[in-house]
Amino acid sequence: MVKLEEEVVRRQRDRARITAWLLGAFVVLLFFITIAKTGINW
Amino acid sequence: MPAIEMSNPAALPADWRDILALTKPRVMRLVVFSGLCGLLAAPELPPLVLGFTAILCIALAAGACGALNQWYEVELDAKMRRTAKRPLPAGRMDRGAALHFGVGLGAFSVLLMGLATNLLAAALLAASILFYVLIYTVWLKPRTPQNIVIGGAAGAFPPLIGWVAATGHFAALPLLLFGIIFLWTPPHFWALSMFVRSDYAAAGIPMLPVVAGPRTTRKQIFVYTLLLAIAAVAPWPLGLTGPIYGVTAIGLNLGFVILAARVLANRATEPAQMDPEKKLFAYSIVYLFVLFGAVVADRWLAW
Repeated sequence: MVKLEEEVVRRQRDRARITAWLLGAFVVLLFFITIAKTGINW
Repeated sequence: MPAIEMSNPAALPADWRDILALTKPRVMRLVVFSGLCGLLAAPELPPLVLGFTAILCIALAAGACGALNQWYEVELDAKMRRTAKRPLPAGRMDRGAALHFGVGLGAFSVLLMGLATNLLAAALLAASILFYVLIYTVWLKPRTPQNIVIGGAAGAFPPLIGWVAATGHFAALPLLLFGIIFLWTPPHFWALSMFVRSDYAAAGIPMLPVVAGPRTTRKQIFVYTLLLAIAAVAPWPLGLTGPIYGVTAIGLNLGFVILAARVLANRATEPAQMDPEKKLFAYSIVYLFVLFGAVVADRWLAW
């Protein structure tokens, strides 16, 4: 049996990690959307 | 997952796998594919990142619909074998969290679509979410055996949204693609509901086989298949697609009609003897993938 506290911490860590990755990906996506919408050519 | 020493798992923060399961990833595949085909079939393509974002938004909106559907139908899901192990009926997740996740994801997908593509695509995406949740899930599904006929429109939006995201306007071909999915939905879902009829009956959902019986359902499946075949072949004689799509559509629809005729001829009432229905259901999924793939192939190879 796993203690409740350990399971809560594990899930919170998992979710925090995934949220961080998703937010990072969103910022990058937003950057490229801005570039595409303003029509800047590299 | 490790066993947990507690009486109320929903009191825990939800596991990310359960949050992902709320979005019905398997259903999402077909939605994303049809949206992508709508976008790729358009005469003009947006920059890659904007096209990617449009498809991402369609996927997120589909996920939001799945979450809101499961939030609303938690009691119904608990009564059906097929759905009883989902996160909410199984008690692995708090119901309020599912609602917040669904609303948040839906709003985010619409805002991002508006930002990345155009307001018409965002409005269509919002309409598709509202149609699926309010018109289909809340209103039609528990009330009428015609639920999936009208509700099928919700699943028919993605190719239209994909096209509008690319071009900013409506056209005849994406409207026909909308019509194809609309007419495809009844035979697809009625074939499924034939062999899981007892589940729907137990949950009190008035699916056609539960309310009208197998014979009427088989007739309806056949009628809708004929209408689908007409709509699916139509883009070719109308000059909206070329022969690659036309020949594929004729072959696929011939197969669909033959399988539907076998369903019509079947007299079985027990799921174990419903092979024609199971085959039609499986074929209908392949059918839609290949047909929409043909729309794109026709656009890119023939023009």
